[in-house]
Formats: sequence, structure tokens, C-alpha cells
Amino acid sequence: MENYLSLFETYNVPAAFWVNIQLSFWAAIWALVIGTVLALFRISPIPSLQWFGTAYVNIFRNTPLTIILAFGFLGLFSVMQISLAGELDDSLFRIAIVGLSLYHAAFVCEAIRSGVNTVPVGQAEAARAIGLGFLPAARLIILPQAFRGAIAPLGNVLIALIKNSTVAAAGSVAAESSSLMKTMIEFRSDLVIPIFLTFALGFVILVIPIGLLTTWASRKLAVAR
Amino acid sequence: MSAQQVLFDAPGPRARRTILIGNIVGVLIVLGILAWVISALADKGQFAASMWTPFLESRTWEFFILPGLGNTLKAAGIAIVTSVAFGLVFGVGRLSHVAPIRWIAGVVVEFLRAVPVLLMMIFFWLALGSSGAVKPQEAPLIAVILALTLYNGSVIAELVRSGVYGLPRGQREAGMAIGLTRNQSLRNIEVPQALIAMLPALVSQFVVILKDSALGFIITYPELLQYTRRLGVGEGNVIPSLLVAAAIFIAINFALSTLATRLSVLLSFRTKGRRPAAQEAVALDAAST
Repeated sequence: MENYLSLFETYNVPAAFWVNIQLSFWAAIWALVIGTVLALFRISPIPSLQWFGTAYVNIFRNTPLTIILAFGFLGLFSVMQISLAGELDDSLFRIAIVGLSLYHAAFVCEAIRSGVNTVPVGQAEAARAIGLGFLPAARLIILPQAFRGAIAPLGNVLIALIKNSTVAAAGSVAAESSSLMKTMIEFRSDLVIPIFLTFALGFVILVIPIGLLTTWASRKLAVAR
Repeated sequence: MSAQQVLFDAPGPRARRTILIGNIVGVLIVLGILAWVISALADKGQFAASMWTPFLESRTWEFFILPGLGNTLKAAGIAIVTSVAFGLVFGVGRLSHVAPIRWIAGVVVEFLRAVPVLLMMIFFWLALGSSGAVKPQEAPLIAVILALTLYNGSVIAELVRSGVYGLPRGQREAGMAIGLTRNQSLRNIEVPQALIAMLPALVSQFVVILKDSALGFIITYPELLQYTRRLGVGEGNVIPSLLVAAAIFIAINFALSTLATRLSVLLSFRTKGRRPAAQEAVALDAAST
């Protein structure tokens, strides 16, 4: 037991989780923005934008996140020498955020589209009947209801995003929790199982409240029909 | 609702002109982004012939891409079989009428779904490697399969459970009326129907397994990404190599996704009951890497 507790003096476990939380926070915001725009593209009357939205979703949804994040590090950072910050670590951190956002935007787009599917046809017809064009109808009538209908799937995407932030290890973000767990196990192979359970429990604590909260919110905020 | 039909009217002459203009602007923006990416890549010499000729040589395919793809398919294939088995056992466990079995299965499934696959993979890799239970060179493959099985198996267990809940009422009564026990009715009547109803979501989960097998890259399992990275470092064409690897994954997964969509259309007539919600919810779990 003392052995186990001494681990926390040598290794800063909360700091590693904090990196994952920050990665998830920024990636969630960007993914939401990009995903909403993509969803608008896909329901718009303009064929080239519909096509772009579909192509984007199919490409990013079917590519392993590991490849996207490895591409960020090996391709963008090493070969293209694209740097998003002065410090090396900051730059890798931001490139990982870009990768996570681009990947999860595809799933956000699909979640919002499933939300749009919960809006009854009559709503869009009514919007047109009072003279609203595509964008005003989408902004005032469709999207507000679609977001409420999409809370549960968006929550699932957020949960996946938090868990997937560990894959930033493939983008050489070394300070995050899966990398720290690897280091800790390598140095303290006598405590393999306690170390794993510590990190696993950390994610259980992060993820399960979000699931409960979004399930509750999706019921509470559902548009009564 | 089908959004495309409803958010806007059948366009008249003016709307058609607006759409045409929007379409042209859209095409220009998309082409602009592509041109910007391509010129940035070209600036760094990524379109030099030497970057791409390796993919025309048979040795590249023979020694890098095909072995990598083979290992990817091996890990994913085994993991698909084992996670379906795991999912059936724990899915039926969650439906058991013996409360402790139900609780244990529930805790296991909820726990495994909340832990990142990569954490499990690293854990099994290092734990198996140092324990000496398996040969060191086999540890990565076994770790990949174990982690994929535990995570995706729990998702499949949820699929089985929500599939059984979604069945029309009366299936169990019918089973019991012809003299089956509760377990027999579950095994012979309810689960088979649930699996058929959930087949599209199940196939989507196979896409997740295939994608997640690329996590093996991080624990040194020599799968497609690992091999193409080695190729890229050797030939000095990292970006083209990664793009080829991505294209291969996209092609296979796109085929699987298309199959899933076809199946859901094909099976829609067999799955009337109180349906769609569960299917959609579980399909979205596919966001995992």
C-alpha cells in the first residue's frame, strides 16, 4: 500500500489527466463548430456543399484516429514543419487538438443530422409557410430543435472524444495519461494492476457522469411532441 | 424526416439561380482548399515522382503493405469473432433473471465501455510481456486482441440487450406457451431475432474494431500503419505512405459501412417491433477511434 501511494509522489497522475481534459475540451469545441457547419452543408440545397459534407464524413469516419494523429506528428510536424506554437510541446498539443477535432467533427455532423431527423416535417413546412428561407429556417426553427434531439448522441461523441484523447500518444503528446501509465508500468512492473486500475478508474469517473448527465438532459430538454 | 426534401421547396427559377450560384461558390471554395493543400504539399516536394514510385514496385507491396494489411486483418478478424462471443455471453448475462448474474454482467460491461481501449492495450502489452505468460514477440498481438475484445464485446453485449428489449412483446410468452423455459426462450427465440435486428449496428461495430486495430501501432504491433511508417522512413516518403495506408483503411471500412446500410434496408421489414431508437443510439457508439 505504501508502495502504491509512493507512486503518486514520483508521478503526477492528476496532471496527466488534466492534459486529456484540456485536449478533450478544445477538441470538443472545434468539433462542435466544424460538425455543425458540416451538418448544415449536408442539409443545404446546394449540391457541391452536400457532396463535400458527405465526402468529409465518409473519409474521416472511416480513417483510424491513430493514422490521423500519427499523420499530424509525422506528416504535418516533421515533414511539413508546420508548427502551431513556439514551444515544441505546445505545438504537438495543438496539432493533436486539430486531429481530434477533424476526426470527431464527422461524428458530430452525424449526431446533429440524427437530431434533424427528430424534427417533424411540419416544422420545416411551417417555417417556409411564414416566408423563411433556408438559413433563417435552419437557425430559428430546425437547429434549436435538432440540438435538443441530438443531446444523447452528442454526449456519446463527447465520451468517445475523452477516451480517444489518449490516442494523442500517437501524436507524441507525451504528457497525457496513456503515456504516463506506460512509463509508470515500465518502471514499477510490480504494480502493473494497481496502476492500470488507477487510470481506468480515472476515466470511469470522467466518463460515467457525462453519460448520466446527457441522458438526463436529453429527457429533460426533449421537445414535447 | 428526410431533411433534403423538406427544408426547402422545389426551387423555382429564382431559387434555382441562387442554388446554381451557391453551387459554383461552393465548388470554388472546395477547389480552393484542395489547391491550397496540394500547393503546400508540392512546396515540400511531396509530389516528386520518387515519393510515389515505390508504390509501383512489387517489393513495396510484398514486404510492407501486404504483410501490414495481413496483420491488421488477422488482429481485427480474430477480435471480431472473440468480441461477438464475449458480447453474446455478457448480453445474455445482462438479461438473466438471476439478479447477481445480471449485476455482475452490468458492472463489467459498464466498466469496460468507460475505459479507453488504448489503456487496456498498453496494460495487456506490458503485463503479458513482463509476466512471461506469453512469448515477448506475441504480446502485442494478444494485447490488441484482448483490448479490442473487451471493449467491443461490451458494446455488442449492449446491442444484444437493447435488441432483445426492442423485440415485439409476446415473443417470450409465445416461447413459454410452447413449453420452453425462460432461458431456452431467450436463447432460441429472443437473441436470434435481436441479432438479426441489430445486424447493421453489429457490422458498424466491426468497422470500429478494424479502425481500433490501428492502435496496435502504439504498442509496436506490426500492423498496416506500423509497416507503412517503416516504409515511409526508409524511402523518405512518410506523407504518401500514410496517405496510402489511410486510403486502404477507408476503402475496407467504406465497404463495410455500405454493407451495414444495405443490411438495414434489407432487414427493415423483419424488424418492425418498437424499433429504431436503440439501433441509432448504438450505431453512434462507433465514434470510438
